[in-house]
Amino acid sequence: MTALDGNAIAGLLQEVFGREMTTVNGICASCGATRPMAELNVYLRAPGTVVRCASCEDVVMVLVTIRGITCVDLRGLDAG
Amino acid sequence: MAGAAIPGRLNWQLATVRELVDETARAKSIVLELPGWPGHRAGQHVDVRLTAHDGYQAQRSYSIASAPDDGHLVLTVERLEDGEVSPYLVDELRAGDELELRGPIGGYFVWEQSLGGPLFLVAGGSGVVPLRSMLRQQRAGGSEVPVRLLYSARTLDDILYRDELARLASVDVDIRLTLTRLPPDGWQGYQRRIDPEMLEQVGWSPEERPLVYVCGPSGFVETAASGFVALGHDPQRIRTERFGPTGSER
Repeated sequence: MTALDGNAIAGLLQEVFGREMTTVNGICASCGATRPMAELNVYLRAPGTVVRCASCEDVVMVLVTIRGITCVDLRGLDAG
Repeated sequence: MAGAAIPGRLNWQLATVRELVDETARAKSIVLELPGWPGHRAGQHVDVRLTAHDGYQAQRSYSIASAPDDGHLVLTVERLEDGEVSPYLVDELRAGDELELRGPIGGYFVWEQSLGGPLFLVAGGSGVVPLRSMLRQQRAGGSEVPVRLLYSARTLDDILYRDELARLASVDVDIRLTLTRLPPDGWQGYQRRIDPEMLEQVGWSPEERPLVYVCGPSGFVETAASGFVALGHDPQRIRTERFGPTGSER
């Protein structure tokens, strides 16, 4: 499955976080890579949206929208 | 649900289609009127939402093709044969229709005068759309920033904004085309997929520190980005945007 990047979910992220997020740095909890959210790998075809680190491919974030409510799991995102 | 717009929040808005312009056999530019549009930066996109009679909704992202000062918001949409949204936008939409969208969205894949250059734009297929906004912005601002465009398409008939690009090329914008299938007789441009050699020939050297924007399908962006890094370009000066078959038709 081909990955897109964080630009593809810029609207969704802005909806969830209330601000533009693609320029914000995200730190991978698994390998420590620090990159703008725009550079993360995004898989839209999974059940929900799966966001993976572009360096180690570990899951950084999962977003699932059901009936207008988005659940966000930031399991692999380090606070830095 | 009509609610008061909260500043900074993304709100769905109704735009009116003012005009549709054929760009290629498969692509149209949609000129929109949008009261209260806050303006955009070159490279940003919008989310478009279609709602069926039974309430089913489909949403896709489309890059803004117009420059911030163009006066109208323009999207260019290429029809994907198995697409859910683009066939409607390209084949069914008419002037006077309304279209639901929200934006402008994105801040990473953006160019403005203050970022400087030299500016190297690399487009695969309809990935040229946000780069066209940057080109127009660069021209409109009377910028001294030198700009080059490398544009890869399948055939000459798939090239978006052909007349406009020809005009720009006749002024002082360095535009190179590469056709990956069926180049016409007497074709003088490149006739293959992009590769590091092409990026090196068309672009600036790493020492000249160009600001690079790559937009296209995933594989195209992958090839270009890794090519630039292999040539010694600073990854911090390379910005990429990928689009793919689902969720973010362009």
